[in-house]
Amino acid sequence: MAKVEQKTVPLNGDAAVAYAAKQCDVDVVAAYPITPQTIIVEKFSEYVADGEVDTAFVCVESEHTAMTCSITASATGARTFTATASAGLALMHEMLGVASGCRAPIVMAIANRALSAPINIHCDHSDSMAERDMGWIQIYAENSQEAYDSLIQAFKIAENLDVMLPTMVGLDGFVLSHTLENVNVLPDEAVKKFVGIRQVPQVMNHEGKLVPFKLDPENPLTIGPLDLHDYYFEHKRQQEEAMRNALDVIKEVHDEYAEQSGRSYGNGLVEAYRLDDAEIAVVCIGSTAGTVKTVVDELRENGIKAGLLRIRSFRPLPVKDIVSNLSGKKAITVLDRACSFGGNGGPLFHEIRHAVYDLSDRPKLVNRIYGLGGRDMPPDLIDGIYKELQTIAKTGQIKDTVQFIGLRE
Amino acid sequence: MKRLSEWKFTSKEFAQIPEKFASGHRACAGCGPAIVLRLVMKATRGPTIATNATGCMEVVSTIYPYTAWNIPWIHTAFETAAANASGIESALKILKKKGRIKDEHVDVVAFAGDGGTFDIGFQALSGAVERGHDFLYVLYDNEAYMNTGIQRSGGTPHGAATTTSPAGKVIQGKAEHKKPIADIMVAHEMPYVATANIAYWKDLVVKARKGMEVNGPAFLHTFAPCPRGWRSETEKTVEIARLAVETCVFPLWEAEYGEYKLSPQSKVIALKPDRKKPVEIYLKTQRRFKHLFKPENKHILEKIQSEVDRRWQKLLKACEIA
Repeated sequence: MAKVEQKTVPLNGDAAVAYAAKQCDVDVVAAYPITPQTIIVEKFSEYVADGEVDTAFVCVESEHTAMTCSITASATGARTFTATASAGLALMHEMLGVASGCRAPIVMAIANRALSAPINIHCDHSDSMAERDMGWIQIYAENSQEAYDSLIQAFKIAENLDVMLPTMVGLDGFVLSHTLENVNVLPDEAVKKFVGIRQVPQVMNHEGKLVPFKLDPENPLTIGPLDLHDYYFEHKRQQEEAMRNALDVIKEVHDEYAEQSGRSYGNGLVEAYRLDDAEIAVVCIGSTAGTVKTVVDELRENGIKAGLLRIRSFRPLPVKDIVSNLSGKKAITVLDRACSFGGNGGPLFHEIRHAVYDLSDRPKLVNRIYGLGGRDMPPDLIDGIYKELQTIAKTGQIKDTVQFIGLRE
Repeated sequence: MKRLSEWKFTSKEFAQIPEKFASGHRACAGCGPAIVLRLVMKATRGPTIATNATGCMEVVSTIYPYTAWNIPWIHTAFETAAANASGIESALKILKKKGRIKDEHVDVVAFAGDGGTFDIGFQALSGAVERGHDFLYVLYDNEAYMNTGIQRSGGTPHGAATTTSPAGKVIQGKAEHKKPIADIMVAHEMPYVATANIAYWKDLVVKARKGMEVNGPAFLHTFAPCPRGWRSETEKTVEIARLAVETCVFPLWEAEYGEYKLSPQSKVIALKPDRKKPVEIYLKTQRRFKHLFKPENKHILEKIQSEVDRRWQKLLKACEIA
């Protein structure tokens, strides 16, 4: 049960994200338009124009500068938000590593969209999957309600002093970004109280003095220096440590938020759906999970022990939760909405198969790549996946480990 | 906070201003850009935050865990000096408004070399100026990508040999002329643009201070020889820089909202044209131009002289001295 009374507002995913950012008392927003994220920037501009937010809105000349401004604003002590998609995220690539390396707790919404060429504005996960190793926390929402909730949580996760890592919240382009949904929103005051005012940790400066980790004329600090073979490695190791810390923090923040809102998404890291006694399961990310749940319900009505594991936090990857949830299953299909060309399956498949490798009773695993460039993922296609899983579970035989589905071959 | 008009100082007093860009950094002997940074930092009027593009000055001043910076400083990437300043300035403004930081003015100064300004960082610079952020952008122009080992940039002059525009059997150094970056910045209709030179340090620091004091973006194009890249003598850095002004290769001027005004060092030449020295005197001090003095390359020398003359005349016209 929710502690806080909420109102229901019809919002598409983008508008839900902008609404959440508005409530989080963001200090600086530096952003650039790109489909299907543009509504976020537009809505936020309206809030600025109407005086509904106390935010420095920097309408920059590129996504590269959007990310750069976010980094230095964050380093000055500001709570910072931006949003992008597809080519915009790709243009930011260089600066994403700088953001995490400078330990700038920026929050960024990604309206997931295919990468060019050929140019395509619709949903897949190629954009954020390509940024997998840039040191950002990656959380993916299933619906607009979760996009709203996750964005609020993201500030509290990113700015946690044991984490201090930039965080992206993915919402599927068009499927969520442009689709109207009834979203329950918390009162402004409740969100403000939940996220609080941004704190900065104390760090040792070059004179051995403890100073706040920000650009502060009273406590000079050199940020983003040349860091060679004698220290760089240790600094990278610290980023990995922060990712490990984030596993607990994501869960804690999720639980604390659930107490206020009455909404929870598994344990915050993964969401298991009718998985306990399942023999066959699908693992996926994002809005497709909603359709998979419907199919699982139908299968269950017919006595088929089907389940779903949705990965909410892709970075950090909750390996323990993946292993415990998939242990004992007979056959699993991992769905990837991105392709690692020339590799052995998509990025999620790599992670899941890797995670369960050490299980003595490890399940049979296949990978199905679907929905590139916004190709629909209808229930009958998912039904076919479960049918195939039943065969694999029965025979133990896999015909094709990696396959593309829902396209002309 | 003293206004520029009230800022009077003797050389001795100036020398006594505490260093914000401290000694001990690892710049080469005779480094022109290091002189620029030291002078600009001595011209600050109060709390200041600095940012650097990737380049020699970033590399020599911040080798972790050491730093030459006695003020807050940040580096993010090569093409980002102006974007860095945009983010800092925006954050300061809003945090001050919200009462989260001290209510005092903080100057923001961005440093970048010619590569980071003429080329890779130009988009971010143009965008930041269009948005009107209140910051001073200092270009330390040593006319090539020196940090990566002397490659040609949009700021490299015609005829100069670099490692990507070598003097070969059929091509004699860089084929193109230098991009008129300061004029391009003037075309942004920005509050303040000026050129300055380490050989005229008082003029440089006054212009730097002016750039900090104007409300909005300011652009300071400083001329800073690099003995390694220019193949010049380390003890001649300042002398060579002075010759660039005396030959009108690098005239000194300032422009407020597009209105050009010659600075005294160049105005003297404008009023007494016989004081204008031939370009060859300047070129001879640097071995990057050595090949131009072969008899068969005489036409290149003539071309350089005529381009310097053309741009000088254009400047005089802009300054309404014709």
